Amino acid sequence: MSISQTVWLASITAVVAPLAGGMLHALDRKLTARLQSRCGPSWVQPFYDTLKLFGKQSQAVNQWQPFFALLYLFGAAASMMVFVLGGDLLVLFFLSTLTVSFLVMGALSSASPYSRIGADREMIQALIYEPMLLVALVGVYHATGSFDISAVRNHPQPLLLQLPMAYPALFLVFLIKMHKSPFDFSAAHHAHQELVQGILTEYAGPVLAFLEIGRWLETLLLLLIISLFWNTGVGGAVFLPAATFAAAILLDNIAPRLVWRWALRWIWISGLVVICANLAWLYWT
Amino acid sequence: MIFNRLINRARYKSPWLLFFNGGGCNGCAIEIAACLTPVYDLERFGVINKGNPKHADVLMIAGTVNYRNRRTLENLYSTITTPRIVLAVGACACTGGIFKGAYNVLGGADRAVAVDVYVPGCPPKPEALIDGILKGIGRFRSPGGGNAAD
Repeated sequence: MSISQTVWLASITAVVAPLAGGMLHALDRKLTARLQSRCGPSWVQPFYDTLKLFGKQSQAVNQWQPFFALLYLFGAAASMMVFVLGGDLLVLFFLSTLTVSFLVMGALSSASPYSRIGADREMIQALIYEPMLLVALVGVYHATGSFDISAVRNHPQPLLLQLPMAYPALFLVFLIKMHKSPFDFSAAHHAHQELVQGILTEYAGPVLAFLEIGRWLETLLLLLIISLFWNTGVGGAVFLPAATFAAAILLDNIAPRLVWRWALRWIWISGLVVICANLAWLYWT
Repeated sequence: MIFNRLINRARYKSPWLLFFNGGGCNGCAIEIAACLTPVYDLERFGVINKGNPKHADVLMIAGTVNYRNRRTLENLYSTITTPRIVLAVGACACTGGIFKGAYNVLGGADRAVAVDVYVPGCPPKPEALIDGILKGIGRFRSPGGGNAAD
């Protein structure tokens, strides 16, 4: 890709990705509302929320909070850029890990116990889902011979045929990263608070708006990674993330919250073990 | 100028709630909870019940504010990031209600914080609550709008 093409693609992504992420969040809230037999907010509600947050007082408790929140946003944006510009999946994985660590550090920088326990739980969540995501990406390497996203996109058959167990693992990763029940022990949405707002407690105003936009980008990125697993044809590439999204919202509405010990046990049994088995099968055939 | 109007509209469209129960009988609390259920559905106005004062725009006070929880209320009020709106919900929060004159009762939430909207009733109907919230956030639409004390 020439330099001008790269710049064009990056600029378009910088505008389109937050908008698409916001629309996804609106779809999430609207679907949740319909499942609960009510109207729900408007389709542009996330944009109203974020705009309102930019107009609020920030009340940052120290200089590190806005710093880490911005780093979180830049990390999420950088991961999105790496994906869109056809970079390396492994680099993407490390970037997204770093992004989450910035969120955790920002929350730990304040003395609030809610914030700190939320940050601890966020780290536990990262401990739970990262091995699965890494093994899934290593499986992609074994199936296609490269970590490069363009190599994955050009693979002749859908990756799901060789890596069927990667999908349950990625579904669980999606549930955890999006703080959806049953794995929302770190920071719950809206009214289901246990630790006030957990990791997001001490953030307010524009700083919280940065985090919101970063979360939209992370959701979008994860759905794009899931779409890689059915890369042949547009139909599959749209159907797989759409089905994942719908299933996640359904599960969010019917499942109670798991404590982290249970989450660790059940996710590693149903996610990590099966995907390692898949990888072993792939390696030896 | 147009950015300010956009932000004011966003404030009107996305009021996040913090509910403070100032030692009441929970009648108003139950009515507020009813507003958040599918029948009355406050979320169609963009209202989310955030338990966190740093995230909230609207403070709803129900129940009599007494000398014991006055400090908590003032703490919460000062933590809520501006611009903010304060609602006094129910007869007890408006004037002390049936408990006015008791030795521990302040006699209304406005003895502790600046209240913008009073929603009378014992308890007020959910429709009245929704009306009160919308009246309160209507103040965001005027330039420099917000709590009376800000």
